[in-house]
Amino acid sequence: MADASSQTARTVPTGRPGRLSEFWSYFSENRGAVIGFWVFLAVFLVAVFADLLAPYDPAAQFRQHALQPPFWQNGGTWEFPLGTDALGRDMLSRLIHGARFSFFVGVVVVVVAATGGILIGLLAGFAPKWLDTIIMRLMDIILAFPSLLLALVLVAVLGPSLLNAMIAIALVLQPHYVRLTRASVLNERTKDYVTSARVAGARLPRLMFVTVLPNCLAPIIVQAALSFSTAILDAAALGFLGMGAQPPTPEWGTMLADAREFVLRAWWVITLPGLAILVTVLSINLMGDGLRDALDPKLRRS
Amino acid sequence: MLKYILSRLITFVPTFLGVTLISFAFIRVLPGDPIIVMAGERGMTEERYQELLQRFGYDQPLWRQFWDYFTGVLQGDLGTSFVTNRPVWGEFFTLFPATLELSICAMIFAVVLGIPAGVIAAVYRGKFFDRALMSTALVGYSMPIFWWALLLIIVVSGWLGWTPVSGRMGLLYFFDDVTGFMLIDSLLSGQEGAFASAVHHLILPSIVLGTIPLAVIARQTRSAMLEVLSEDYIRTARAKGLSASRVNGLHALRNAMIPVITVIGLSVGTLMAGAILTETIFSWPGIGKWMVDSIFRRDYPVVQGGLLLIALIVMLVNLTVDILYGFINPKIRKR
Repeated sequence: MADASSQTARTVPTGRPGRLSEFWSYFSENRGAVIGFWVFLAVFLVAVFADLLAPYDPAAQFRQHALQPPFWQNGGTWEFPLGTDALGRDMLSRLIHGARFSFFVGVVVVVVAATGGILIGLLAGFAPKWLDTIIMRLMDIILAFPSLLLALVLVAVLGPSLLNAMIAIALVLQPHYVRLTRASVLNERTKDYVTSARVAGARLPRLMFVTVLPNCLAPIIVQAALSFSTAILDAAALGFLGMGAQPPTPEWGTMLADAREFVLRAWWVITLPGLAILVTVLSINLMGDGLRDALDPKLRRS
Repeated sequence: MLKYILSRLITFVPTFLGVTLISFAFIRVLPGDPIIVMAGERGMTEERYQELLQRFGYDQPLWRQFWDYFTGVLQGDLGTSFVTNRPVWGEFFTLFPATLELSICAMIFAVVLGIPAGVIAAVYRGKFFDRALMSTALVGYSMPIFWWALLLIIVVSGWLGWTPVSGRMGLLYFFDDVTGFMLIDSLLSGQEGAFASAVHHLILPSIVLGTIPLAVIARQTRSAMLEVLSEDYIRTARAKGLSASRVNGLHALRNAMIPVITVIGLSVGTLMAGAILTETIFSWPGIGKWMVDSIFRRDYPVVQGGLLLIALIVMLVNLTVDILYGFINPKIRKR
């Protein structure tokens, strides 16, 4: 590593702020990515300050106002700007609190899946051939099942709850990290800087985590952004099927499941939670495209 | 080439064994005693319980149960459903055509729209069409399809009244299953309106299931086209004075198709996952709905067998794609 940075130092002064601003300049070339970033930040802030922003408790029921439409429709009032659900709960408050669950799911799943996947992938990349083969076969087996189906059965085994849904999703997303990490490790291992580190006496853990891992991170970061959105989608899908967060949790997928019977009577109880999922996932995917452009010149889309 | 195919087949065996083991293991750790679940609310006497325990082999040690299951699987015996008392294998093949029909229509929808969209975006790179199409594709890619299904039901079935909300066929029509494919069977029955009804029932589910593959195919076609369009032989073709449509359509698209076909092959897993949601929402009597219902009914043999069969389908398709790819691209064989 020391060699590489001193070489580049002659032409471009590196260091933390420089690298960050270089990253930002690539990132902001993609206008969609910047929009995605701001939307994502907004959703994040809504999730953090949900208690302050939400006008009501998400579980509070105003029975006399059940299924009231949003304010711009006939019968709607400013009292409940986005209307109420079948139990008279304020849609806006529930949507705001729902952002928390989506974020929570995304962060936990990505952290768990990425940590596990990177460790296993590093191990596979450095391990002797037989261990590598066993690990990769195991990942093939997990990947043979459609991820949502596997997550669904896993949750059925563990018992339906948001926590178990997150465990299941993290487990089915993990093989992607393993494959990515292993592929980059195999690619990096043959390079001169690794050989020189080895010759200089670096031991295996140092070789794995300090020498090789930082150079494998770019595709993993892109994958992390993509699996953040997959995690949110899958958690919502599990919630929708009744195998994720349980009512009355204001999770967006669960809200949709609760509202299914009103599909032809009250459009807002269906449309709004789904729109919230779509906007969040879309903003993350936009950011993911920008991240790929900024971090991985080889993968640049256009 | 033969060596390549053999090496692919050899890796298939341990994966198959692993998939069988996993689908078996899941069911053994599911909470609840399968026999008590089977008895339902009526309960049962102690003798009957013991008798059933023996009949299903649950009194045997686990490794023995797995061995019996595995040898059964190899002989095509996947057990019997607790709920319907019919063999899992038979149920699967009664329902599979429904899922296959839906998946094929979804894939046709995705390919017919996705490839032209990708080509147009690549040809007009950076222009309005490109931006509009790729933004749409990204929205499609980010779509929670269960919500998309409900939205389409609200607008197309509810407000416009164009399509039915659920099922595969109107109640007015009745005919025998010949192929299991509603489109073909309704034509064979010769009943007026039956085919139209089948088509009507298929439209919304196909759109819903095809949305994510459509977005993926459009994005993939675009990037593959962009890569090909920058190649020398395309410049040569242009320099020769060939028309733009001939260069883009014939020379470029044909070479750009290889990665696109791979993506199509590999989206079988996506389709199966999508079928779970789509079929549940549209009450489509296929494999996805069958699996969800069985999970909720704790119909262990069905969950176990269905999981195995679905994984097997995904594996077989991936294997085929791998081998085809080896034919097309000799470089792959060398790995």
